[in-house]
Amino acid sequence: MSSNMQEVPAPLTNLKFQYTKIFINNEWHNSVSGKKFPVFNPATEEKLCEVEEGDKEDVDKAVKAAREAFQIGSPWRTMDASERGRLLYKLADLIERDRLLLATMESINSGKLFPNAYRMDLGNSINILRYCAGWADKIQGRTIPSDGNVFTYTRSEPIGVCGQIIPWNFPLVLLISKIGSALSCGNTVVVKPAEQTPLTALHVASLIKEVGFPPGVVNIVPGYGPTAGAAISSHMDIDKVAFTGSTQVGKVIKEAAGKSNLKRVTLELGGKSPCIVFADADLDNAIEFAHRGVFYHQGQCCIAASRLFVEESIYDEFVRRSVERAKKYVLGNPLTPGVSQGPQINKEQYEKILDLIESGKKEGAKLECGGGPWGNKGYFIQPTVFSNVTDEMRIAKEEIFGPVQQIMKFKSLDDVIKRANNTFYGLAAGVFTKDLDKAITVSNALQAGVVWVNCYSMLPTQCPFGGFKMSGNGRELGEYGLHEYTEIKTVTVKISQKNS
Amino acid sequence: MATTNGALENGQPDRKSPALPRPVRNLEVKFTKIFINNEWNESKSGKKFATYNPSTLEKICEVEEGDKPDVDKAVEAAQAAFQRGSAWRRLDALSRGRLLHQLADLMERDRAILATLETMDTGKPFLHAFFIDLEGCIKTLRYFAGWADKIQGRTIPTDDNVVCFTRHEPIGVCGAITPWNFPLLMLVWKLAPALCCGNTVVVKPAEQTPLTALYLGSLIKEVGFPPGVVNIVPGFGPTVGAAISSHPQINKIAFTGSTEVGKLVKEAASRSNLKRVTLELGGKNPCIVCADADLDLAVECAHQGVFFNQGQCCTAASRVFVEEQVYGEFVRRSVEYAKKRPVGDPFDVRTEQGPQIDQKQFDKILDLIESGKKEGARLECGGSALEDGGLFIKPTVFSEVTDSMRIAKEEIFGPVQPILKFKNIEEVIKRANSLEYGLTAAVFTKNLDKALKLASALESGTVWINCYNAIYAQAPFGGFKMSGNGRELGEYALAEYTEVKTVTIKLDDKNP
Repeated sequence: MSSNMQEVPAPLTNLKFQYTKIFINNEWHNSVSGKKFPVFNPATEEKLCEVEEGDKEDVDKAVKAAREAFQIGSPWRTMDASERGRLLYKLADLIERDRLLLATMESINSGKLFPNAYRMDLGNSINILRYCAGWADKIQGRTIPSDGNVFTYTRSEPIGVCGQIIPWNFPLVLLISKIGSALSCGNTVVVKPAEQTPLTALHVASLIKEVGFPPGVVNIVPGYGPTAGAAISSHMDIDKVAFTGSTQVGKVIKEAAGKSNLKRVTLELGGKSPCIVFADADLDNAIEFAHRGVFYHQGQCCIAASRLFVEESIYDEFVRRSVERAKKYVLGNPLTPGVSQGPQINKEQYEKILDLIESGKKEGAKLECGGGPWGNKGYFIQPTVFSNVTDEMRIAKEEIFGPVQQIMKFKSLDDVIKRANNTFYGLAAGVFTKDLDKAITVSNALQAGVVWVNCYSMLPTQCPFGGFKMSGNGRELGEYGLHEYTEIKTVTVKISQKNS
Repeated sequence: MATTNGALENGQPDRKSPALPRPVRNLEVKFTKIFINNEWNESKSGKKFATYNPSTLEKICEVEEGDKPDVDKAVEAAQAAFQRGSAWRRLDALSRGRLLHQLADLMERDRAILATLETMDTGKPFLHAFFIDLEGCIKTLRYFAGWADKIQGRTIPTDDNVVCFTRHEPIGVCGAITPWNFPLLMLVWKLAPALCCGNTVVVKPAEQTPLTALYLGSLIKEVGFPPGVVNIVPGFGPTVGAAISSHPQINKIAFTGSTEVGKLVKEAASRSNLKRVTLELGGKNPCIVCADADLDLAVECAHQGVFFNQGQCCTAASRVFVEEQVYGEFVRRSVEYAKKRPVGDPFDVRTEQGPQIDQKQFDKILDLIESGKKEGARLECGGSALEDGGLFIKPTVFSEVTDSMRIAKEEIFGPVQPILKFKNIEEVIKRANSLEYGLTAAVFTKNLDKALKLASALESGTVWINCYNAIYAQAPFGGFKMSGNGRELGEYALAEYTEVKTVTIKLDDKNP
């Protein structure tokens, strides 16, 4: 959250959508089928433009280009690792140059608040690229004191052609996070951005070309899940697939990967992340972090703090103040200054959220505020708070992905840990307490890939991110993220006499 | 040394070579004072000293001469900048890295100025300064910039009901004493990892060559490093150098220079406050040419390996061992190379060899050359100073050199190539390892087993196989035995600039 205080310029007006084609070998292609698909502004429901619609044949073309660029002896394979890092660094510079354009585009296409897009999405993208750039020439194998008269060493090689499927909630950041890691390790990529939000990915493609990545290293095929996405998951010549999205689709992808060629799989999926607030917590701090933890970006975050467990003795006060906080929103067009909540991404999500809100009411949770749609255009939902939520309710079990906060009560530490862990998800968790021992004990006990103590949503680029259980497989970013994009080769050379 | 960025080798399109860079004519030397807290100060004593251009023997300018009181002031500034809660200590590691990157950008911007200054002050050919010294500086800065936010401690599964983790903290105030042979490059080799790990620094550049260090001070200020993070005190060894080595508030010292002075530094460090010490010292580096080597490659590498930088390299290939069968041919080709080596004005694009750094070195080299003649080595070419006077020495080759001769045992640091003969591998391994030095070694062979055997048997911090002076920011560099302590460059350098703290938190036994 370090870029909070940064001045935000006004968004661009008259933004042109210059790049709407399929990007292969640093060139722009029409779809093989001739089809295009529309892209919308969720705040106004208006069509922004049409984009070439990729399908299996386009994915095949892209994979062919990526495979070619990956051949031994190619410019990409023979390039100094430090030079790979240099190219990533320059890409970060160009994204910084085009920051205003990309932030405006991201805000219009995904419905995210413009100041957040400018500060957070763009700030994080730039930092992630610079972080990954730094790793390129530091990915080291080992020489190993093995038994026998041999000389043994390992190489940390790139895996090969990596398919990457990006979601619509953080289109640019998640694109950068995936290509940054993959390219830093020397892979080539075939990317399918979400069909709802392909535009910033295509602009980045133009920057990839401008920086001078060799042709075929990065290829971008916009299209739909069942067509382009499925083609990637089952492709016999893709060596690894990385997916961020719902658990439901994640399972389909992993299945397809197994059924086709055993391609390596990393998944970043959904969550129903618990936030546990003890009576000794700094209450102001806990309320604010828990609030932002669930309402940020209209609740459309995999890490959303969507099960808030509050210790009995402070429960009523906590609910009262959380409701006060939730009432402070100004809904409207995310480009407009002063607006603090934008629309949901599309009709499908909008209806799903409203359905879950109704279930909350029906199943007996207490509706404290909100509880329905807002406005007559765009997919807006009022910020909603439920109290007296119990573990059996749908709103306590299913991922809502909307601006809906569930507040539950707990008595004992052992009990709340059990309840927090009682889910197939395991992405994130928050613990609020001043007590040293409690903080450590609870964080150690939670089955979550990321645990926050006295804060929430802090995802610095240096730290690995990923889920336990059905919230995902593997980790992104940090040094750990590199493992997912390298393949280890052990080389053993017979020698006449080994000496230590 | 790998002199290009590998563009052609990396398969990038074969572009026409760009025009050669030009030195800056009539360069005004702007920075000649002591740099403390991002400010320029005069010496407390009021003294100055002169720095000379070894090609022309003219004085370039006068520089403020630091002594102990100036070092004390610099250390105070460095300590203040290192306080808990200071701007430098509170900076995100990522931002530290960013500053290093931006410093690299400014060095790239002022590359011609820095190369010109370096050439004026050291006598090294301008194109070498531009393409080798400056390239190394920029790449090293960018390499370590990338490490800043990747310096990671561990959480550790110890026994008992505790939580245990390590922090990799900066050590504190680091002293750096740098030499005159690669003034800017050796400074960057220390600054980059020191700053990357979060330390603050007090630098003493060599008295023969302070100018590029001081210019770098101006760039450090321009980039925006907080005041006190880098401080530069020009002066002499027995005054400024000694003050740094024995300073009780300096936590670590890094020295590059002669083994003789390295010993003094380590002694002073121990006697004062046990400050941590890293040393990059001299070498008498063996270059082993096997009969099955690619002979052209071996001759060229051995030649550049000893004559580069006027022979003034700690890595100089100053004992060339050639297998009997190819000895005669090797000597013949090496002499041809040496005779062709262009010696002259370092600003002339054709020059490969400039003057030696000063009279003292010049005299020492000529003395060793005389010893070679007296002790019975065969002088193949060169063997004296250039006729036009000045500090230029003819590229000199001795053959029929034996291990007991002074030229086979002592570091010459001049353009003198001693070539020795060997019969078999076990013999040459023993002879190569027989000195107290152990910095680098080179092996020329096409045979896999021989290469691996020699690589593992040679007591040297770096072993080059079928190449020479292949030094990269990513790979650690340093000496075995009396060629040094510790490693610079690569991930390994980070260990020399961090202090590990183990934190163990006991958990309540009632909540196992």
